[in-house]
Amino acid sequence: MTDEFAVEMQDVVKRFTTPEGGILAAVNHVTMQIRDGEFFSLLGPSGCGKTTSLRMIAGFELPTEGKILIHGKDVSQIAPFQRPVNTVFQQYALFPHMTVEQNIGFGLEMKGVSKVERSARVSEALEMVRLPGMEMRKPKQLSGGQQQRIALARALVNKPEVLLLDEPLGALDLKLRKEMQLELKSLQREVGITFIYVTHDQEEALTMSDRIAVMSKGVALQVDKPEAIYERPATKFVADFIGETNFLDGVVRGQTGSTVEVDLPGTGTVYIESSRTFANGQQTTVAVRPEKMTLNREISGGNNLAGRVEEVIYIGTDTHYGVRFAGGHKARVREQNVTQGQKALASIGDEAIVSFTRTSPRLLTE
Amino acid sequence: MINWLRRNKSAQGTLLISPTLIFMIGLLIIPLILTLIISFGKRSADGNVIYSFGLHNYIRLLGVSYNCSAGQAVCYDPIYTQILWRSLTLAFNSTVVVILLAYPLAYFIARSHPSRRNTYLFLVLVPLWTNFVIRVYAWMMLLRTQGLINSALAWAADLFGRPFTPLEMLYTPGAVLIGMVYEFLPFMILPIYTSLEKIDGSLYEAAADLGANAVRTFLRVTLPLSAPGMVAGTVLVFIPVMGAFVVSDLLGGKQVILVGNLIQRQFLDARDPTFGSAASLILMALTLVVMFFYTRKFGFGEEIAIT
Ligand SMILES: Nc1ncnc2c1ncn2[C@@H]1O[C@H](COP(=O)(O)OP(=O)(O)OP(=O)(O)O)[C@@H](O)[C@H]1O
Ligand SMILES: [Mg+2]
Repeated sequence: MTDEFAVEMQDVVKRFTTPEGGILAAVNHVTMQIRDGEFFSLLGPSGCGKTTSLRMIAGFELPTEGKILIHGKDVSQIAPFQRPVNTVFQQYALFPHMTVEQNIGFGLEMKGVSKVERSARVSEALEMVRLPGMEMRKPKQLSGGQQQRIALARALVNKPEVLLLDEPLGALDLKLRKEMQLELKSLQREVGITFIYVTHDQEEALTMSDRIAVMSKGVALQVDKPEAIYERPATKFVADFIGETNFLDGVVRGQTGSTVEVDLPGTGTVYIESSRTFANGQQTTVAVRPEKMTLNREISGGNNLAGRVEEVIYIGTDTHYGVRFAGGHKARVREQNVTQGQKALASIGDEAIVSFTRTSPRLLTE
Repeated sequence: MINWLRRNKSAQGTLLISPTLIFMIGLLIIPLILTLIISFGKRSADGNVIYSFGLHNYIRLLGVSYNCSAGQAVCYDPIYTQILWRSLTLAFNSTVVVILLAYPLAYFIARSHPSRRNTYLFLVLVPLWTNFVIRVYAWMMLLRTQGLINSALAWAADLFGRPFTPLEMLYTPGAVLIGMVYEFLPFMILPIYTSLEKIDGSLYEAAADLGANAVRTFLRVTLPLSAPGMVAGTVLVFIPVMGAFVVSDLLGGKQVILVGNLIQRQFLDARDPTFGSAASLILMALTLVVMFFYTRKFGFGEEIAIT
């Protein structure tokens, strides 16, 4: 059976008995399909079940319920060494007593690849991670970034169908991390292997992924392309976790076609374009990104809300303005500093008008 | 004074090691030098030392004898070289048996649930609470001709109506080996456990991930990474067995004489401290040589996991 999906999780549940004696669903009815050749990220805050999901695909944990398929084959109950996947561990897990060559060649040795071919493929793999000539080193004699690359080479040299990476850049400093992100991404394109990448860093996920699954408390909230996740978050949690979002709580007062009238009690009324149908009186949250709002002295087209500037934060490329409205709502507006020596648009205590178009916000109900 | 100490790193070092240093000089270095001097001396008729210089004690140890059968002035008497060889092989065999017994147990403890490990380690150490000589007497009770084991076997034989002659177990090399293994087992279990426990669990997962089954993971990952523990344990077992004499005295009797017994007898029964001193130094030299080559190859059990 051929299948366009590299990995499928079908209604997977993993329950742990905690040391305190309780039962915890680390992964709670997760269903997702990961396409062949895709760079797929599992993104979510600490403890949301990313590692547990990855470990179930690798075979280190068995699902309590549900099925895991790799290229259409049910692997839910088979051992890790029988699965066509390889893992890059967060702490690298290089064998300290083996040289780089023995480490990278370990998987091939287990498959019975001859010594000659092994050493050729090890050199090739070292070339690929741009560390040629390191064969005889021990892991202790390498920097963190180099160990990271060796761990990657050790997994990739086996040409797995799926490569699993659990926060592989977590231990690196910011600059090296950024470099490695781009490198990993281009490496993935080059080898064409499906990557499943665990991270809690939303920027990292946005930069690298073809698609992202945003997880929270063991549930996959939204699985989509980075642009879609950012522009059209499905829930408040996703909107908040990916980038920054202003949430303005309100009540639906009417809908004509696709235009929804939302009353923000005490603050004003806004009109939002939405493809969904809302009932009158329904509670909703207007979610707007800070960069999609502007700070003005006068009313302009679209939605306008009058408020008072409470905070001005200069961060180089942008200036952030914290604005409080009469009804107690708050918003943060991001203005780019486009011209040289640009003056602040407002100072603390000023009255100002926050404007945004009808299409920029999302109306969220959960 | 305090300030001067605070600034002076080497003075700090000297101060820190000085208690041990004084102890070692007083109780190890000086006695050792005395032993060396005595070993060159002669025994007087009443068992005292006549200080002189001669290698006769060493020559005697190597098997050169002047008490020969008629007609010969000099001949080879293997008794002392046999004793040395016996001690060496016993130390080797004990170490091997101890490793074989200790490893699975240490492995079991290291793999058990963390909350239970301390209990198991505690149980490993419990025998050390009783005086060792008493525990060796217990082994005598077990191994004697009318001992517990023979009684049990006799009872079983009787049950099946078979004739039974008691096994001679006490005062055999086997009994000495059992005693040594029993005495030194904990000193092997603990270091092996420590090195097993230190192995990062993700290494096992990495091995499995790369296609190694349980057996190959053990041979390629677990065993080499626990080697430092085995090396450290070997040092802790081999050296004391080389010098032991209580076990061989009680469980081996006159049948199994080790270097330790030889030395003890020279000082107490034969009253020849000069020969006893020479034997002590030969024992020390032999142990040092073996350990030198051993640690040259394997280290002291610290570095080899990394380098
Ligand atoms: N073996 C286990 N026994 C009990 N609970 C566990 C076990 N492994 C994980 N958990 C729990 O399951 C939940 C999810 O853990 P998981 O490691 O998948 O989180 P994560 O999303 O990878 O978080 P992080 O970003 O911190 O690594 C956590 O609450 C954790 O405490
Ligand atoms: Mg994790």
